Amino acid sequence: MTPPPEAAPDRSQPRSLADLYISFTLLALQGFGGVLAVVQRELVERKRWMTREEFVEEWAVAQIMPGPNVVNLSMMIGSRYFGLPGAMAALAGMLSAPLVVVLLLGFTYTSFAGVPQLAGALRGMGAVAAGLITATGLKLLPAMRSHPLGPVACLLLAAATFAGVALLRLPLAWVLLVLGTIACWLTWHRLGGARP
Amino acid sequence: MSAADWLSLFAHYLLLSLLSIGGAITTAPDMHRYLVDEQHWLTDPQFSASVAIAQAAPGPNVLFVALMGWNVGLNAGGYLTAALGVLLALSGILLPSTTLTYFAAQWGHRNRDLRGVRAFKQGMAPIVIALLVATGWVLATGATYNLHDWPLWALTAASAVIVWRTRIHLLWLLGAGALLGWFGLV
Repeated sequence: MTPPPEAAPDRSQPRSLADLYISFTLLALQGFGGVLAVVQRELVERKRWMTREEFVEEWAVAQIMPGPNVVNLSMMIGSRYFGLPGAMAALAGMLSAPLVVVLLLGFTYTSFAGVPQLAGALRGMGAVAAGLITATGLKLLPAMRSHPLGPVACLLLAAATFAGVALLRLPLAWVLLVLGTIACWLTWHRLGGARP
Repeated sequence: MSAADWLSLFAHYLLLSLLSIGGAITTAPDMHRYLVDEQHWLTDPQFSASVAIAQAAPGPNVLFVALMGWNVGLNAGGYLTAALGVLLALSGILLPSTTLTYFAAQWGHRNRDLRGVRAFKQGMAPIVIALLVATGWVLATGATYNLHDWPLWALTAASAVIVWRTRIHLLWLLGAGALLGWFGLV
C-alpha cells in the first residue's frame, strides 16, 4: 500500500513491521479498561501517523464492522502501511503481550479475590477509564468543523445518538442503522452538490 | 470434553464473531447462556471473573474470551487443555470479524474517492464521536442509576475533563483512581 500523496508535512508513519508490532504492544499495555483512548493519543497526538479526521473515518469503519473495535482499528492501520503483513503485525502487537498479562492475572486472581481494597481499586480504575473514553470523544469534536453537513446538523445527530445509547439505552445496532442511514444519506446529498 | 465438544465451542465463537457489532462484549450474554447454562463448561463465578479481570487488565477487552477458554480448558483437564481452550476461543471470536473487516477496509480504501464511500465515512463521524461519549456515560453509570455512586461519577467527569484539556499521562490518572478506590473514597 502506498501512503496517500496528500500527506501533510507534520505526518510520519511506521518505519517497519517491527515498529508497528512494538508500537501496538506498548499502547495495548497502557490501555487499562480499554485501549481506544491510548490509541487516539499515541497515534494521532504523539506519533502523528494519522490526523484527527482520518482517525474518525477509520473509527467509523472499525465500529460498524463486527468484532472488537480497537482490534479492527489496529489491523486497518497496520494494513494501510504494510498490507496484510502490517495488519498481522498490528494485530499481534495488540494481543500477544496483553494476553500473557490477562492469563497471569486470571491465574493469580483466586488468591486475591477476597481482598475488598482490590475490588475498590478496580472500581476506581473503571471510573477513570470511563472518563478516558468520554474525553476521546470530546477531543474528536473539532473534526466536525470541516464536516460537509455543518456543525449544527452534526451536533443534532450526535445529540440524538447520545440520547439513544446513553439515556434511552436502545440497542446499538438499531441506533447505528437508523441514525447512521440518515447521516450518510444527508452527507451523500451534500457531497453531490459541492464536489471538490 | 470430546473433540466434538471442542469443535462446537470453536463453531459457537465463530458465529458470535459475526454478530459482535459494537465489540465482543455485546455477545457476552449469549456466551453466558451457552457456556454456563447450556453446556456447564464454566461456573457462574468463573464467567463473571473472566469479564472483570479482562476489563481491569491492560489490552483490548476481547481478552475476556481468552480467559473463558482458559477456564473451560482448565475445568476439562489441565494446562494443556486450558491452552487449547484459549487458542480455540480467541481465534474463533477473531477470525471471521477480522477477515471481514480487513477486506472491507481494503475495499473502502481503494474506493475512497467514490461518493458513497466518502458519504459513509464522513456521515458516520458525528455518530461514532457521540458513541464514544455515550460509552463513557454507560460505563460510569452502570446498568441503573444509583445515587450512592456519585463519587464515582465525579471521578469519571474529572478524568474526562483532565484528559480532554491537558496532556497528563493516562497512567497517572488510572493510578489515582486505583488509590481512591483502594482507600474506599469512591
